[in-house]
Amino acid sequence: MSAGTSTGMSPTSTASVRATLRHGLRVSPELAQGLTVTILLAVAAAVGRVLVPIAVQQTVDTGILAEGGPDTARVVTLATIAAIGLLLGAACSAVVNIRLFRSSEAGLLTLRRRAFRHVHDLSVLTRDTERRGSLVSRVTSDVDTISLFVQWGGIMLLVSVLQIGVATVLMAVYSWQLTLIVYLGFLPLALVLPVLQKRVNRRYSFVRERYGAMLGAVSEAVVGAETIRAYGAAGRTQRRIDGSVSGTRRAMVRAQNLVGATFASGVLVANLVLAAVIVLGTHLGVAGDVSAGSLLAFLFLVQLFTGPVQMATEILNELQNAVAGWRRVLGVLETPVEVADPAHAGAPSPRAAAHVELRGVHFAYPDGPPVLQDVDVVVPAGSSVAVVGATGSGKTTIARLVARFMDPTDGAVLLDGTDVRDVRLEHLRRRVVLVPQEGFLFDGTLAENIAYGLRGEDLALHPSPDDPRVRAAIDALGLATWVDELPAGLATPVGQRGESLSAGERQLVALARAYLADADVLLLDEATSAVDPATEVRIARALGGLTAGRTTITIAHRLSTAEAADAVVVVDRGRVVQHGHHDELVGQDGPYAQMHAAWMAQTR
Amino acid sequence: MPAPAPSPMGLSGSAPRRATTLIWRGLRAHPWTYTVAIGTSAVFGAATVAVSRVLGWATDEVVVPALAGDDVAQGRIWWAGAVMVLVAITLALSVAGRRIFAGLGYAQIQEDHRLRVTRQYLRLPMTWHRRHPTGQLLSNAGADVEAATGVFNPFPFALGVVVMLVVAAVMLFLTDVWLAFAALAILPVAIVVNLVFQRRMSPAIAHAQQLRAEVADIAHESFEAATLVTALGTQAREEARFAARAGELARANVHVGVVRAFFDPIIDVLPGLGTLLVLVVGTVRVTEGAIGTGDVVAAAYLLTLFSVPVRSFGWVLGELPRALVGYDRVARVVDSRGALPAGELPWHPHGAAAVAFDDVTRTVATTHGHHVLVQDVDLQVPAGRTVAIVGATGSGKTSLVQLVARLDDPSRGAVTVDGLDLRDVRPADLARHVAFVAQQAFVFEDTVRGNVTLADDDAAPGPDGTGGSDDAGTSDDDVWEALRLARLDETVAALPGGLDARLGERGANLSGGQRQRLALARALVRRPSVLVLDDATSAVDPRIEQAILRGLRERGDAPTVLLVAYRMSSVLLADEVVHVDGGRVVDRGTHAELLARDAGYRELATAYERESARREGADWDEALDLVGSGSDARDDDGGVA
Repeated sequence: MSAGTSTGMSPTSTASVRATLRHGLRVSPELAQGLTVTILLAVAAAVGRVLVPIAVQQTVDTGILAEGGPDTARVVTLATIAAIGLLLGAACSAVVNIRLFRSSEAGLLTLRRRAFRHVHDLSVLTRDTERRGSLVSRVTSDVDTISLFVQWGGIMLLVSVLQIGVATVLMAVYSWQLTLIVYLGFLPLALVLPVLQKRVNRRYSFVRERYGAMLGAVSEAVVGAETIRAYGAAGRTQRRIDGSVSGTRRAMVRAQNLVGATFASGVLVANLVLAAVIVLGTHLGVAGDVSAGSLLAFLFLVQLFTGPVQMATEILNELQNAVAGWRRVLGVLETPVEVADPAHAGAPSPRAAAHVELRGVHFAYPDGPPVLQDVDVVVPAGSSVAVVGATGSGKTTIARLVARFMDPTDGAVLLDGTDVRDVRLEHLRRRVVLVPQEGFLFDGTLAENIAYGLRGEDLALHPSPDDPRVRAAIDALGLATWVDELPAGLATPVGQRGESLSAGERQLVALARAYLADADVLLLDEATSAVDPATEVRIARALGGLTAGRTTITIAHRLSTAEAADAVVVVDRGRVVQHGHHDELVGQDGPYAQMHAAWMAQTR
Repeated sequence: MPAPAPSPMGLSGSAPRRATTLIWRGLRAHPWTYTVAIGTSAVFGAATVAVSRVLGWATDEVVVPALAGDDVAQGRIWWAGAVMVLVAITLALSVAGRRIFAGLGYAQIQEDHRLRVTRQYLRLPMTWHRRHPTGQLLSNAGADVEAATGVFNPFPFALGVVVMLVVAAVMLFLTDVWLAFAALAILPVAIVVNLVFQRRMSPAIAHAQQLRAEVADIAHESFEAATLVTALGTQAREEARFAARAGELARANVHVGVVRAFFDPIIDVLPGLGTLLVLVVGTVRVTEGAIGTGDVVAAAYLLTLFSVPVRSFGWVLGELPRALVGYDRVARVVDSRGALPAGELPWHPHGAAAVAFDDVTRTVATTHGHHVLVQDVDLQVPAGRTVAIVGATGSGKTSLVQLVARLDDPSRGAVTVDGLDLRDVRPADLARHVAFVAQQAFVFEDTVRGNVTLADDDAAPGPDGTGGSDDAGTSDDDVWEALRLARLDETVAALPGGLDARLGERGANLSGGQRQRLALARALVRRPSVLVLDDATSAVDPRIEQAILRGLRERGDAPTVLLVAYRMSSVLLADEVVHVDGGRVVDRGTHAELLARDAGYRELATAYERESARREGADWDEALDLVGSGSDARDDDGGVA
């Protein structure tokens, strides 16, 4: 039943780590900003850290083991110089950290923002295949994972890598043979690590997947709370949640075990290298190649080398976790936008009631049976058309194609003679507006929700709820008495998803909002909910005010709507089977007359 | 079945006290996991000191004499190597054990929290749910649980470090008191730095976490409004709204980062400064002949080994504020009270049951005092009757009928079925025999069958005794029968897979009327004794609605029906009408009686008649379903709502 699964979003980017980094940097160029200065400062910070081993070597060779007995004054001087160097290095470190935090958070903000925008830009088709919970997690917890990684480990990665470099240079100065030993010791680890990391990466991807599924299960318990209570379905729901929670735990444990084993093997190698350095270093010393002080300094350097190496392996593991999150976010951005702006758009057509035409339109979901076949409909400017047909006949698809929520597989939808695919989306949305049958309300005041319909160059962002046009719309649609009856008038909070209002009142808000949207073509998906009579009268009046002077295509659920329309289009199994005014169609022998008769035969 | 927690989960007292309690509870919940984790961590701490000791010994006994040309010392070189290898293996094994078991505990405690939180989501009443945004509740079960447990990752390590410090201190003091003081001088400084850090970090992290939840709320709402956003082309506006809050979050994260940016280098530089101090003091002591070169080397080396462990306190202390905030959020859910207490009385009605409101009042606390939803309602509905509740919007109809399904309890008075107070009846029996259908039909991400039966596959009793029940094993025939009664059988039969067809998230691939009829089938399959329809057929064609209710009566076991409706055609089906206004029962009687004597009702009814005449009451869509005109299996009406 789920439509178009094959157009679904790629669950995660399949790019390699390096490609992920490249793509990620392209998306968030802030990450690389000022990196040169940062790296220079980080080098200074790393140099500061290797002063201690030099001090040890000097102290042992020229202080403690100095000819003629220990030289305390020299040791104090050395220690003071080294301490100053250490503190300068630490200061550089602090500056590096601050710079990195600034750039990474700026980059993540861009990433978050672009992914969020991309979800909205995707076609309705693609978006519906994704669970909402996991879409949310891509712009929230997945990005948070990266941000937390940067805060708790990522920053250390840069300094660690540099420290390894500086320590290597110094080790080579003291003894190239021992340096070679250290590198040979770490070679096997270096070879195995990428393989292990790939596996860690996979396991963390799985953790994120389980996590998303778990949030999906939890959201059912939250959104479906009333039904679950009414039917005592708590046990069943709980069991499903329990399963997903345990699944998340198992996935985490599997990932962590591998990380633990990897880290421990790093510790083993580091200490085996230490043992090798002592044994071979002493032999070299006996042969006269190194002094006692140099050998001891070398041991300290090995520590400065293995410390960051171990930390780097650990951070690299966490990096995998963050990269898994990053890939999922980038995966959103890699999902192609099917309904895209034309490459070469003509000049925007003038604003006025528009002429709409569907010409030879076919539509099918990917891998699905045809939904619409060879549909030809002409709606003259300023006229109203009611589309009627059974559930699943394809009438909603017609509206969606005109609004360009998706594109026909064949044929074209024309707006004032221009293919809608050649109209800039921004312009198209200004002119053509689809009013969903159950309008979505944001958690805010009534005025804010109505003002949401205000658009245009000057009001692209943050329309003001105090805009006089809100009140004007209320008056124009005859809703003033309703608004004034509300406890706080236009300032009345509507609650989450408009819960504080009745279904009928929510429709009123949707209509007022559509009025402010001031479109040339209105696509009305008629609400089916019965509402209380007073509200019903208001809806009818508001609809009249809304549609006056506009081209209107209504997905009609009521006979009265069909009767009142300038023309009726009867859709059956994806084809237009009848077309004409109500009075004509009733007289013709066809499905419309049949339906009408069937309906009339029923007494209320 | 989890007993109500005797003591609240929420922490009280000073921050250190709350932190200690938080950690202690985690350890106590998984004693074996943490015994191993902390045990191996202690071995790790001791082995780390051993490395430095072996190095000091090797310096004095092997390196220095060997380089000086001592043959005996040269012979000991390989021994030194062998000892080092042994220590290395011990160290590696202990590290592996600590990491694996610390990770296990971390995952287990997260699981504990999530199970407790979600159990609360299922137990707490609707009044609680209405007060809490979906995004916040999801964040409580997700990110907040992660935050609350973050401290358990570094904690065993930190305990191992304590062991390391104690062993190191003992070793150093046995060697030389002055050297020991020099080496340990950095510890008080490290502790002070850590404490200052924690104090700075706490509010910064709480702020960032709050913003993270707000960003999630906006994303949630905006994606739910996706169709509206596409329809109006307001993507840029939504992006700006999201980016504004996400920008605040980024700034808050930078603030957290800046605090860290200073902490890290300071903690890093301490072991180095300590090493230099050890070298100076050590040289003096060597000059005085109190200790050997190896002792100085061992102490200095030990300090370099401290560089990572000393941070572990920082990790624990750094995670603590975040953990406390996360834990508090989790605890606020877990400690929430108001779950309607479960009754004990079994109730096995045969056929319809009588429903009575006995002087019922329901008020809710608001910021401006109390708001009355239902007031002094006395109402008896004999078994088998169909009663319509009629009233203007906001007159209290929904609040009234919700009490019958015990979605809420009266503030005063009682609601009874067959003379039993609902509060005394076992929840499982109530759910089994009283069916409530809400206006907003909720569809689970499950098969058609699963959505109708809501069967618990493993029939063990649910956490609150409402899950598994005696009706386990609803047959497919029963399901088809219910679907037929709800006039949804043909639609389902046309679906690929029939009863096994999976309905998408929230039933997005069904139309509004179909979702409502599915919810009706869910109620009817239970053959309830009381059926409450809270405007549950608003999107269903009136004639289908009538057919459904007639079909119900023709069945031998017609339930008592309470019907909230706006359509006169539905009202006319009722034996009796109750007119509600301002939470009170204004009048009751047959439709004709009320028309004759109740002016308010007359106004409502005539307004409706007028309206019906205009609309002709028909839903074309549903009408086509009724006459069975070929409806395609694929439904394209979904996802617009």
